[in-house]
Amino acid sequence: MAFELIIFYIFSAILVGSALAVVVVRNPVYAALFLVLAFFTCAGIWLLLEAEFLAITLVLVYVGAVMVLFLFVVMMLDIDLAPLKEGFIKFLPVGIAVGVIILIQMAMILGPENFGLEKFATPEAQGSDYSNTKALGRILYTTYVYPFEIAAVILLVAIIAAIALTLRKRPETKSQNVAEQVKVRRDDRVRLVKMPATKKDEVQS
Amino acid sequence: MNFEVPNFTPAIPEIFVLSMACIILLLDLFITDKGRILTYILSLATLAVAAVLTITLHTPEAVYTFSGTYVADPMSSLLKVFIYLTAAGVMIYSRDYLLQRDLFKGEFYVLSLFAVLGMMIMVSAHSFITIYLGLELLSLCLYALVALNRDSEVSTEAAMKYFVLGALASGLLLYGMSMIYGMTGSLDITVVGEKIMLADHNNIVLIFGLVFVIIGLAFKLGAVPFHMWIPDVYHGAPTPVTLFIGTAPKIAAFAMVMRLLVEGMQGLHVQWQDMLIILAILSMGIGNIIAIAQGNIKRMLAYSTISHVGFILLGIMTGTTFGYSAAMFYVISYAIMALGGFGMIILLSRQGFEADKIDDFKGLNDRSPWFAFMMMILMFSMAGVPPTLGFYAKLAVLEAVVNAGFIWLAVLAVIFSIIGVFYYLRVIKVMYFDKAEDHHPITAGSDMKIVLSLNSLAVLGLGLFPAGLMALCMTAL
Repeated sequence: MAFELIIFYIFSAILVGSALAVVVVRNPVYAALFLVLAFFTCAGIWLLLEAEFLAITLVLVYVGAVMVLFLFVVMMLDIDLAPLKEGFIKFLPVGIAVGVIILIQMAMILGPENFGLEKFATPEAQGSDYSNTKALGRILYTTYVYPFEIAAVILLVAIIAAIALTLRKRPETKSQNVAEQVKVRRDDRVRLVKMPATKKDEVQS
Repeated sequence: MNFEVPNFTPAIPEIFVLSMACIILLLDLFITDKGRILTYILSLATLAVAAVLTITLHTPEAVYTFSGTYVADPMSSLLKVFIYLTAAGVMIYSRDYLLQRDLFKGEFYVLSLFAVLGMMIMVSAHSFITIYLGLELLSLCLYALVALNRDSEVSTEAAMKYFVLGALASGLLLYGMSMIYGMTGSLDITVVGEKIMLADHNNIVLIFGLVFVIIGLAFKLGAVPFHMWIPDVYHGAPTPVTLFIGTAPKIAAFAMVMRLLVEGMQGLHVQWQDMLIILAILSMGIGNIIAIAQGNIKRMLAYSTISHVGFILLGIMTGTTFGYSAAMFYVISYAIMALGGFGMIILLSRQGFEADKIDDFKGLNDRSPWFAFMMMILMFSMAGVPPTLGFYAKLAVLEAVVNAGFIWLAVLAVIFSIIGVFYYLRVIKVMYFDKAEDHHPITAGSDMKIVLSLNSLAVLGLGLFPAGLMALCMTAL
């Protein structure tokens, strides 16, 4: 138990630290990389909670796909940081005050008083043969099949919306038409020209 | 683990709309611009068949399926039929507008149908997850629709604002739901309702969750102080999209409030009543007063929406069945009136001219006495002048508020309505007493003219004979 606790605190400290760094560091690329670290440590905590499938999904989907995309976007866009930082000092005291108040309020409500172990017992640890993935899959395709289908429709709409908003036909861009290329015959491109044979001397004269 | 295959029958309208949306999406790829009218006809046919399916499958008792995540009850049937009606109205009104501006594309219709599907899911939701997913499906379609005119800077800015604020609101709503899930241990609305009934009314975690849920709902409805997005989005979006956002989603948002607050958290009524009173007073006050200063009619109608939302919240706040029915009557009336109001803006617009300023209505009586009369009915109805529909909607809500013992609140609502009459009457004054500056003939197609006239006459007719619609709203709850 003690070992798990030590791991938990290490992971939590790194998580909170890297989450803070996401907001505080100057360079957006570093911020994105700190976010990757935050996701990683979060996945570690989920592993401690025996949510193995979700932990691996977090690493695969968020770290593997979403964050790489983020990094691309951050590097491709030429973000001018100066206007973003404008008024930072001016709003800092208000921001800190609001943040501290929210922190205190949430600690009061979400603390052990309302969500402590005497209110909610520790869930039983499952044996090593228990498959987290199987349990999730079973409930997802039976009890929650309707929400699951709706989520699929939302993804479809996201694809349609993204294409509708970005796809443009530009007549001036050059592109290959593979079908045309394959279909092409020798006769379309090559023209044999019959010319009378001439001698070198005749040409010169 | 035992699992029964769910009963698909109650959800046939949803399944039908989804299938048709996918079919239209694919079909649209194979037709040329000339044949695009087929997409339009098929979309309208989809809505018509869905309405027939919903009415035939209607049962007086509530039917639960998909492990309790879906419910078909009289309220869902009634609201769905009105959602189809308003969506069909939007499609008919916007055809010419879209054709003239090169926006007549399959995506508009496909996204509208998916938005209708999202609203149907919200209306029939019986679990926090389904409510949230339906809301997201609707919102995602609306964000894309607002930005559909992608070469317009105003539209893009409006879409961006809508997207950022909408995402924030969804996050708040979800956070509140997670708190309530943490306390009740269930996502099923009936179970949550029972657990909250038994729980302590002053349980701080439940109230914490409730506050976040109400903020999320107020954002989606556009109640003050969470209304900032409404004027910009209404103004920036292409008028047909404004027409769409301003009508059907209000019905769905009303259903969401009913499911979450009334069915799910009736036990916390004492708590949410106070919050809704504050939201309602602020919405009616700020909506009506700021609307006076607007010169753009789309912005003016946006602020008028905010004030109407205040009235809807007043009806729900009472906590009585009559109050809920009155609020439902109000939201349906508002959808019909707003459909006509924004429809008039589309009617007067033409290529290169948006007709979105109040001055553009100058002298409409000289150009077309009939449509000036139609607009007058709509404006009178929004202002709440008898014998129009808007008057009975306001009267029913006020009656419910007085019955619940809040006489001061009813007086306040009347005062704010009277302030609101000013800006509606200004439009009528401009139409009848000012000289026309613009002498172009009204070029809209005859189908739009007929439907718009029917829409305005319905506002008058339902105002003269409101008993039928009122009875429907009473039996639906």
